[in-house]
Amino acid sequence: MPIASVNDVVEIIEPKRGGPSGPSKPPRGFGGGGNGGGSGSDSPGRQRAYVTGMTVALGGILMFFMALVSAYIVRKGAGTDWRALIVPRILWVNTAILIISSFTLSRSRRHFLRDDLQGFRHWWYVTTALGFLFLVGQLIAWRQLNAAGVYLASNPSSSFFYVFTAAHGLHILGGLGALLAVAFHKGRRMSLATSSSVVAMYWHFMDGLWVFLFLLLTLGR
Amino acid sequence: MSSHAHSAPHAMPAPTGFISKWVFSLDHKVIGIQYFLLALAAVCLGIVLSVLMRFHLVWPSAHLPFITGGQMTPEQYLALVTMHGTIMVFFVLTTAPQSGFGNYFLPIQIGAADMAFPRLNMLSFWTTFLAFVAIIAAFFVPGGSPISGWTAYPPLSGLGQVTGPGEGWGQTMWIVSIALFCGASLMGALNFIATIIDLRAPGMTLMRMPLTCWGWFVTAILGLLAFGVLLAAGVLLLLDRSAGTSFFVPASEVVTDTLLNHKGGSPILWQHLFWFFGHPEVYIAILPGMGVASHLLSTFSRKPIYGYRAMAYAMCGIGFLGFMVWGHHMFISGMSPYSGFAFSVLTMAIGVPSAIKTFNWLGTLWNGKIQFTSPMLFALGFVSLFISGGLSGLFLAQPAVDNRLHATYYVVAHFHLVMGVAAIFGIFGATYFWFPKMFGRMMSEPLGKLHFWITFAGAYCIFMPMHFIGIAGAIRRYADYTGVQYLAQFQPVHKFMTIAAFITAAGQLIFLWNFFWSLKHGAKASDNPWHATTLEWSTATPPPHDNFGGHYPSVYRGPYEFSVPGVTEDYVPQHLAPQEVPRSK
Repeated sequence: MPIASVNDVVEIIEPKRGGPSGPSKPPRGFGGGGNGGGSGSDSPGRQRAYVTGMTVALGGILMFFMALVSAYIVRKGAGTDWRALIVPRILWVNTAILIISSFTLSRSRRHFLRDDLQGFRHWWYVTTALGFLFLVGQLIAWRQLNAAGVYLASNPSSSFFYVFTAAHGLHILGGLGALLAVAFHKGRRMSLATSSSVVAMYWHFMDGLWVFLFLLLTLGR
Repeated sequence: MSSHAHSAPHAMPAPTGFISKWVFSLDHKVIGIQYFLLALAAVCLGIVLSVLMRFHLVWPSAHLPFITGGQMTPEQYLALVTMHGTIMVFFVLTTAPQSGFGNYFLPIQIGAADMAFPRLNMLSFWTTFLAFVAIIAAFFVPGGSPISGWTAYPPLSGLGQVTGPGEGWGQTMWIVSIALFCGASLMGALNFIATIIDLRAPGMTLMRMPLTCWGWFVTAILGLLAFGVLLAAGVLLLLDRSAGTSFFVPASEVVTDTLLNHKGGSPILWQHLFWFFGHPEVYIAILPGMGVASHLLSTFSRKPIYGYRAMAYAMCGIGFLGFMVWGHHMFISGMSPYSGFAFSVLTMAIGVPSAIKTFNWLGTLWNGKIQFTSPMLFALGFVSLFISGGLSGLFLAQPAVDNRLHATYYVVAHFHLVMGVAAIFGIFGATYFWFPKMFGRMMSEPLGKLHFWITFAGAYCIFMPMHFIGIAGAIRRYADYTGVQYLAQFQPVHKFMTIAAFITAAGQLIFLWNFFWSLKHGAKASDNPWHATTLEWSTATPPPHDNFGGHYPSVYRGPYEFSVPGVTEDYVPQHLAPQEVPRSK
C-alpha cells in the first residue's frame, strides 16, 4: 500500500505571517506611537486580518443588496401594478455629494501616506461632513415624496425606493460612525494606517453601491 | 523564533472574573462551548417536538394534558412542524458543527491564538442567543408559534393573524429570530474567513490544513453569501406583514371571506430568495460534518486520507454548485422546462464531487488498521447515511419524478437522512473525538458504542420506511391520516416509525448521561489520547488561554501522516520538525 513518505513533505515553508517575530513596519498613528494595545494585536497578521475582514464583509453586504436588486427586477416584471417612480431631483445633488466625498477621502488618504497628518485630518473631516450632508439630503428626498403622497406602501416601486434608500442610509450611518471613530482615533487594537484604509474601503464601496442603486432607480424604473 | 515569540501571542489577556471568563468571554474556546451548549439545548427541544409529532400521527385523538382543550389541533401540529424544522436547521445543524466546534478548534488547528476578531465573535454568539430567545418566545406569544413551516412561504406567512393562530405574533417573532440569526451568522462567517486567510501558523499552507478546516472554510464562504439574501427576504416579508407593502403577497387575496388590501406581489419571488439561501444552507449543515468524517476516518484507519487535494477541491465544488441548484426546491411551483432542465442537470452534477468524497472515504478505509472507537463509528455512520440519503437526491433531481414525490414523505426521508441525521452524526463524532481535549476527560466508550448502535439503527428504522410510503403517495405535513382510506393504510408503518422514534429519542439520554457524567467522572485524558496528528493534540489538555502556552507552533507537514514507513510511531504530528521525528533504524 503506497503511503507518502515523510521525507517527501518535510520542507518548511517560510513563515507567511510575520507574527511577533516577523518583519513589521512601525505603525503610524495620531500623536506618536499609535497602537499600544495588548501584545500581539499589532502583529501584521492581525492588521491584515482587518483588511481581509472588511473585504469579506463587503462581499456579504453586496449579497444583501443584490438580493434586493434581484427582487426589484423580478417584482417589476411580475405584476401589472408597477408604476414608475420619478425620483426627487435632490437625489442628483446627493449623488454628487457622495461622489465628491470619495474624492476628498482619497485626498485624505494621500496626505496620510505622505505622513501629513494635518492634511489627512482636514480632508477626513470634510469627508465626514459630506457624508452627513448626503444623509440629510436623503431625508429631504423622503420628505418630498411624503409631501407628494408617495408612501412606503403606495406602489411596489415606492416600496423598493424606501427600502433601498433606508438600507443604504443605515450603512452610510454606520460608515459615518466609523469615520468619526477614526477621526478621534485613540489607537488601541487597530493602527491608524489600518483603520483609515479599512474605513476608506467601506466608504468607497458605499459610494459605488449608491451610484448603482441610483442608476437602477432612475434608468431601470 | 525570537524572544518575542515567548511573550503571550494572545490579543486579549486571560480573564479572571466569572462573567468575563464564562459569560461574556472573548476566548474562542469558551464561545465554542457556549455555542455547543446552545445547540444541545436546542436539539433536546427539537427532539421533544418531533416525538410529539410522531405521537400525534399515530394517536391523533389522544388526550394530551399539557395542551389547552386536551386534543392537538391541525394548526398545533403545523406549529410543531415549523418549530421543529426551524430549531433543528438553524440552532442545531448550523450552530453546533460550524459555530460550536469550528470556533473551538479552527484557531487551534491552524495554530492561531484566537479568532481574528474576538469581540465580533462574542457579539456573534450573543446575537445567536437572542435569536434563540426570540424563537422560543414564539411559543408563548398570543396565538402561539407560526404554522408556515421552516420555509415560511407567503401568502400564508405574509398576511398575519387572519391565516392562522400562529401567523400573527408567532410569525413575526420567527422573522425577528431568523433576521438576528442571519446577522450573527454573517459576523461568524466573516471571522472564520479572516482567521483562515490571515492567522495560519508558519508552515500551515492551505493544503496542509486539516480537512475539518476546509469544511469550516467553505461553510463560512457559503454562509457569507447566503445569509445576507435571507436577511433581505426577511426584511421584505416583515414589511409585507406590518407596513402593507406587496412584495410577496399577491392581489385579491381572500382569507375567511375577507378581501385583503394587497397588490400583485409574487410569492414565487420569496421562494427564489429563500431557496437561494436554503440550498447552500443544506451544505452549511453538512460540509463541517464531511470535514469531521474525513478527519476521523483517516485518524482511526491509521492511514492518510485518500486523495487529500481531491477532498478539498470536492468541498469547494460542492459549495460552488450549491449556489446554482436552488430551483430544484421549486419544480412544483411551476417554471420554464428549460430552467427546470438546467436546475436538474446542475443538481445531478453535485453527485460528482459527492461521489469523489464517498469513494475517497472508502479508499481511506481500504486496508486500514481500523479502530472502532465511538467517534469512528459515528464517522462510518455519517458515510452510510450520506450515501443512503444522497442517492434519493438523484431521483428527486428529476423534475418529472419530483412532481410526483415532492409533497410526500419521500422528501422528508431524503433530507432527514442526508442533511439531518448525517450532520448530527458528524456532531456526535466530533463530540466523542474532541471531548477529551475540551474537558480533559474521556467519555465512556461502552456507552458511546451503545449510543451509536441505537441511534444508527433507529435513524434507519424511522426514515427508511418513509421512502416507501412516500412512493405510495403518503402526503407530508398532514396532521391526521386516519380519516382518508388510502392514507389510513399506512398507519401500521407510521406506528413502526413512531415507536422507533421513541426508542431513538430515549437512546439520546445515554449520550446526555455520558456527556455530563464524564465531565466530572470520566477517565483523565492525556494530551493526545487518540494518537492524532493535528495541532490541537500538540498542546495541553484542555488548551491554555492562548492555545499554545506562549508561543506559535510551526508546521512541517500535512495533517494526515499516519503509518509512515521508517517512523517508530504510526503517526507524525504536524508540528514535529523533521529531525524530531523518531525513526526506527
